[in-house]
Amino acid sequence: MKHLRSIDELGHDGVVRLLELTTHMVEINSRPVPKVPALRGRTVASLFFEDSTRTRLSFETAAKRLSADTMTFSVSTSSVNKGESLRDTVETITDMGVDAFVVRHKSTGIPWQISDWTDACVVNAGDGWHQHPTQALVDCFTVRQALGRDRFDGLTLTIVGDIKHSRVARSNISAFSMLGANVVLVAPPTLLPPDVSHWPVEVSHRLDEVLHRTDILYMLRLQSERMSQGHVPNLREYAEAFGLDARRVGMLPSGAVLMHPGPMNRGVEMLIDPSTLTNSLIHQQVSNGVSVRMAVLFDLLAGESSASHLSQEAS
Amino acid sequence: MSNMVMSAGDVRRAITRIAHEILERQQGPAQLAIVGLQRGGAWLADAIAAAIRHIEPTTNVPLGYLDVSMHRDDIGLRPVVPGAISRINFPVDGATVVLVDDVLYTGRTVRAAMEGLNTYGRPRAIQLAVLVDRGHRELPIRPDYVGKNLPTNLVDDVRVASEGVVVTRDGTT
Repeated sequence: MKHLRSIDELGHDGVVRLLELTTHMVEINSRPVPKVPALRGRTVASLFFEDSTRTRLSFETAAKRLSADTMTFSVSTSSVNKGESLRDTVETITDMGVDAFVVRHKSTGIPWQISDWTDACVVNAGDGWHQHPTQALVDCFTVRQALGRDRFDGLTLTIVGDIKHSRVARSNISAFSMLGANVVLVAPPTLLPPDVSHWPVEVSHRLDEVLHRTDILYMLRLQSERMSQGHVPNLREYAEAFGLDARRVGMLPSGAVLMHPGPMNRGVEMLIDPSTLTNSLIHQQVSNGVSVRMAVLFDLLAGESSASHLSQEAS
Repeated sequence: MSNMVMSAGDVRRAITRIAHEILERQQGPAQLAIVGLQRGGAWLADAIAAAIRHIEPTTNVPLGYLDVSMHRDDIGLRPVVPGAISRINFPVDGATVVLVDDVLYTGRTVRAAMEGLNTYGRPRAIQLAVLVDRGHRELPIRPDYVGKNLPTNLVDDVRVASEGVVVTRDGTT
């Protein structure tokens, strides 16, 4: 694996390999000294053109736990403000000697573009509405860990909310269906992409009708600006139709689990405090974030596929 | 050309002898623990721990496993074995830890294991038990307990299992 830009590019075997590797990383993170020298001498640059708390911090923590050096590029204090182009920025950082870029950008396809400009590995940490592969890996790993099964055959994943603008939804649809889950999307028509006929999904506009057959309920964040853009009439009406309240939690079958990629909009999609629910996996999603990103960085920078460059060095 | 250099009985007797030697060597109140190196050392660690419990049923000897792949100096040249996860569920601080592996060769795995063990704590002492010492060390490491010293060529393939130890020369079987 040279880059991690989308779940489809990774493929079924890649997903399984990274989830397997994550179990090693979870064990490392449980040690009194959760740090291994695996990526000593490698440098990981994070290039975030969009705000992020958990993704950026979990990538940086992951790199440090594997002993890689980290470089953080923050747009607000960089030469981007002097008009430097993305390409010049990438080439400049490449010249300083980095082994991997972790990229988040508001435009679709930027990670592919960057991988044309550099020899370093590129990890997509979110590009526009398009892909967020490490979040999907985190979610698959969290379900795997919580339910104790490697495959999701026979399980139904229900994703609720702003599917249209969600890279998390797109990556999760690919990843969960690769592992055998049925995927149901629940959203108002305005928050669905114009055509989902080529996606391996079923679509519903009524949450109450699908809850009883949901094994994994995945609530997406509704960004408040969607209201001003006319996608939803008002937040109260959205909450009424698609928000998770105690009544709807009660409609889920026993053993069903609840997930949310964060940050949560309390009072919109989340009308109850999920920390009061025993079947919420939201905390595990955050804590597994570091382990999954360690697996990704390790696989890119020290996995079998990178071995050719090492064996040349050794010989 | 394949050559069986230890039979199943030889392996069994070597394990029993190593267990006796480990107990004999332990002095003072330090906790004794056995840690097998994934994967080849795991079954051997099980067998040595079982032998120790058989000899001294009242002794509590915690058993763990260590995957050294993240600590290797040749990282990337060897795949990480799925499922071969570290599991050390006892305090390492102050314990006498016997690392167990099937074959001692360059010593690089043992170096990685000593470093890996330190992420769990600071043992009072680390000792090394191997079933076969085939020589060709590249680091200043020597075993404390050896099943069999086995002079080999660099190209030889040494296979260790509870059924016996087989050396293959020229890659043929």
